[in-house]
Amino acid sequence: MGDASSFQSALAAAGPQAAHIERLWWLMFWVASGVFTIVTAFVLGAVFLKRREPIRDDALRVGVTLGIAATVLTLFVLLVASVWTGRAVASLGAESAVTINLTGRQWWWDAEYVDSAPSGRFHTANELHIPVGRPIVLNVTSHDVIHSFWVPNLHGKRDLIPGYTSSIWLQADTPGVYHGQCAEFCGLEHARMLLRVTAESAAEYENWRSNQVRAAAEPPGDAERRGRDVFLHATCTQCHTIRGTIAGATMGPDLTHVASRGTLGAGTLPNTRGHLAGWVLDAQSAKPGSQMPPNSVAGGDLQMLLAYLESLK
Amino acid sequence: MSLLDRTPAQAEGERPEPPLDASHALPSASEASAERLERVWAEKPGFVGWLSVVNHRSIGLRYIVTAFVFFLITGVMAALMRIQLARPENNFLGPDAYNQIFTTHGTAMMFLFAVPVMEAFGIYLVPLMVGARNIAFPRLNAFSYWMFLFGGIFLFTMFALNTGPDVGWFAYPPLSGPAYTPGKRADVWAQLITFSELAALAVSVEIIVTAFKLRTPGMSLDRIPLFVWAQVVTAFMVLVAMPAVMFASTALILDRLVGTHFFNPAEGGDPLLWQHLFWFFGHPEVYIIFLPATGIVSTIVSTFSRRPAFGYIALVLALVSTGFMGFGLWVHHMFATGLPQLGESFFTAASIMIAIPAGLQFFCWIATMWGGRVELKIPMLWVLGFLVVFLIGGLTGVMLAAVPLDLQVHDTFFVVAHFHYVLIGGALFPLFGAVYYWFPKMTGRMLCERLGVWNFWLFTIGFNLTFFPMHILGLHGMPRRIYTYQADTGWGDLNMLATAGAMVIGLSVVVFLVNVVTSLRAGALAGDNPWNASTLEWATSSPPPNSNFINAPTVSGRDPLWENPPDQPVVVGLRDDVRDVLVTYLLDAEPDHRTEFPEPSIWPFFSALATTGLFIGSIFTPWAVVIGAVPLFVALTGWFWPKKPGETGTQRWPIRHRTLPLPGEAPTGGTA
Repeated sequence: MGDASSFQSALAAAGPQAAHIERLWWLMFWVASGVFTIVTAFVLGAVFLKRREPIRDDALRVGVTLGIAATVLTLFVLLVASVWTGRAVASLGAESAVTINLTGRQWWWDAEYVDSAPSGRFHTANELHIPVGRPIVLNVTSHDVIHSFWVPNLHGKRDLIPGYTSSIWLQADTPGVYHGQCAEFCGLEHARMLLRVTAESAAEYENWRSNQVRAAAEPPGDAERRGRDVFLHATCTQCHTIRGTIAGATMGPDLTHVASRGTLGAGTLPNTRGHLAGWVLDAQSAKPGSQMPPNSVAGGDLQMLLAYLESLK
Repeated sequence: MSLLDRTPAQAEGERPEPPLDASHALPSASEASAERLERVWAEKPGFVGWLSVVNHRSIGLRYIVTAFVFFLITGVMAALMRIQLARPENNFLGPDAYNQIFTTHGTAMMFLFAVPVMEAFGIYLVPLMVGARNIAFPRLNAFSYWMFLFGGIFLFTMFALNTGPDVGWFAYPPLSGPAYTPGKRADVWAQLITFSELAALAVSVEIIVTAFKLRTPGMSLDRIPLFVWAQVVTAFMVLVAMPAVMFASTALILDRLVGTHFFNPAEGGDPLLWQHLFWFFGHPEVYIIFLPATGIVSTIVSTFSRRPAFGYIALVLALVSTGFMGFGLWVHHMFATGLPQLGESFFTAASIMIAIPAGLQFFCWIATMWGGRVELKIPMLWVLGFLVVFLIGGLTGVMLAAVPLDLQVHDTFFVVAHFHYVLIGGALFPLFGAVYYWFPKMTGRMLCERLGVWNFWLFTIGFNLTFFPMHILGLHGMPRRIYTYQADTGWGDLNMLATAGAMVIGLSVVVFLVNVVTSLRAGALAGDNPWNASTLEWATSSPPPNSNFINAPTVSGRDPLWENPPDQPVVVGLRDDVRDVLVTYLLDAEPDHRTEFPEPSIWPFFSALATTGLFIGSIFTPWAVVIGAVPLFVALTGWFWPKKPGETGTQRWPIRHRTLPLPGEAPTGGTA
């Protein structure tokens, strides 16, 4: 129960939704503990308590009636608490909300930040940034099979169902990086469909956003430029987008700012040069079944390609 | 009650009927009669005879043993999963193997173990408890067993061929649809459902008819043993729930095989339709497993508290209301799909409400113990374990009914912990108790108590070590159905603990197997009624004769062996040269008519074989349904080939006559 696991925990709420639910949990926990103690005491008492003769039936009848009355009363209290929490979780001010369209894919997350101006929209993948203290609307759906969005520190789950779009509201009150992952079995690599949400101050968020919305910068040096050529002439362009180049496919994650992300393969590997090389050449060994095919890139080309990808901050 | 009326019946000038011929039906003539009965109700010898068995006890035992074998195989799969999850980033199993294993584990535990083994105890015990000679529709019973067996062999064979299902035991489309699971793995799952549901439906019909029409005179509805009531309510639930999933799995096969689009959102189908159909079956399924277990618990608690179960009527009503309410909560498996507020509140309230009949049963059991003196025999130990373990599962169940909390813990290890507490606590603990309790009746020998104690404590400790930490893992963010996790999640230690617990469970099961095998050879002889229990199965020898009872006892109370007066009448007037049985009225179990039960037959086996061919073939081509119908037609024709109308067959019981003579006394009404 230590710190190690608190970044993906329902018991370390970082926003109002998760906090309401956490309070409901502790209510349930203490009620359940009380009921368990009492009932177990009666069971053990029946077996081990010495008594001169068995209890008469009319006394038993009184006991059972009282037990049922207590059960009904307790359940009613819990029902009220549950419905009350449900309403509290659902209501959130809609003003100045950040809207994100989140689409589940086998096995990664495509996030589109919505803006009233078309030029203010952009796609990213697997890592969301949100401003603290502002409500977030997630419009979720799926491109293929059913997935489920879950970042326990912020809120409960919402399924991503193909053919349906539904909305979930959440908010982070404490800055931090919160982990989540797909919670509905979605096939071979369900276990490696992780998600990160970085909650940061309004200024940091604006900074991040204004960078993400830009197209990829011109490669700063010769190696990066030649790396871009490698990218554009290889099969990469059949699946990926790098805004500002001719690569515009949407089968895989948008790579326009791939170097700004912390992980590769939806949380499978840390985004370092070595792992990036391994991922490009043979994603299957790290995430068997992933849609990313193995690629054969010659050594020199690979170094330039990596240099280019790492320049995509 | 007119049945037990001692005044001489008036002759109404009715035609005399053969059943009351005193010469070969009276207890005084019992020696020769018993031998004839033994011969008439015997199975055929040899291998063909072995395939032709229609006796409910043989089939019940086969069902139980087969289900336990499937349980062992499936349990080994659970151990493999625990080994894989013991450490982060473990490479013991890859995702492909892991997904097949967890799917097969869930599917087989539900469809090939939990439901069938509960039905198996019903098949064995219900006819004995109501004083019948065999279960109703004995050949259907045989057919049901063969379908169950073939279904299980089919699933495990396909698994061994690396074609085990890998889409979860719930098989949500579109993942299980043709686009995302090419190959035959999802078809194997869907067709296994058809196998096992067919078997379950057949058993339900048999149990309902046995309990309603084959009860011994005197056993009115309010005297039926609680175990039988539980089986009856369960059977009705099966009849209502299973067709939903059979339709769903058939529609899935059609999507996959002939290109329909029931569940394909791109063509106007709906993946949520599947979830409604599946959980309309899936939630009642939990009660289909749990209710028979409550029947076991009521029986054992009553026996070892040395008094009738407290609150018989309340217990029966709790069963019936659970049976109804169980169909009103399926949507709580779908809270995360996003529901309107009103719908959420309704299904939360319904889910919470079902805790009331469960609580009522709990209080009645506890009251029974307080109102008697508890004897701590092994079956009772398992029931006490049940009370404590299932209580935890029930309490976490109430938590899951609350939508906001469910949204956090749904599809996490918290739920894994919850339903193992419910299913192992609510079904497996009582089941072990049932084995220790009825083993003497089934085999004539007692199980060893010392090994029983080891079995119980190892299991209880191992179980809690394995599953209690999973509550915490779930709250700390560990989802279900993941084949691995990263080290920085901090889930490693509790997972290691759970894996260690699983090994202790394995050890306990080994102790159990040793106990069964050694006791079969050298256990103490049981005698007719080793526990001094009250229900009718203990009124015959252990194991019972081919006809169950030489003369079935009648009853005058809910606990006949405790309450029946010494001169309680027995059923006489049934022929002993054919398979004659007494059929009684539904409400008060007054004699209605006699009928002749079928002889052993190999045709149910052939019919099951033909059906299996059709089912498996239809995974590969729709034409299998057409071609496969031919052998099935032949087999069914053989099965239902009409007999020559003879002097036997169904005959009205001469109810005007006195039907229940005292032992040793000749009936007066039957001769003209």
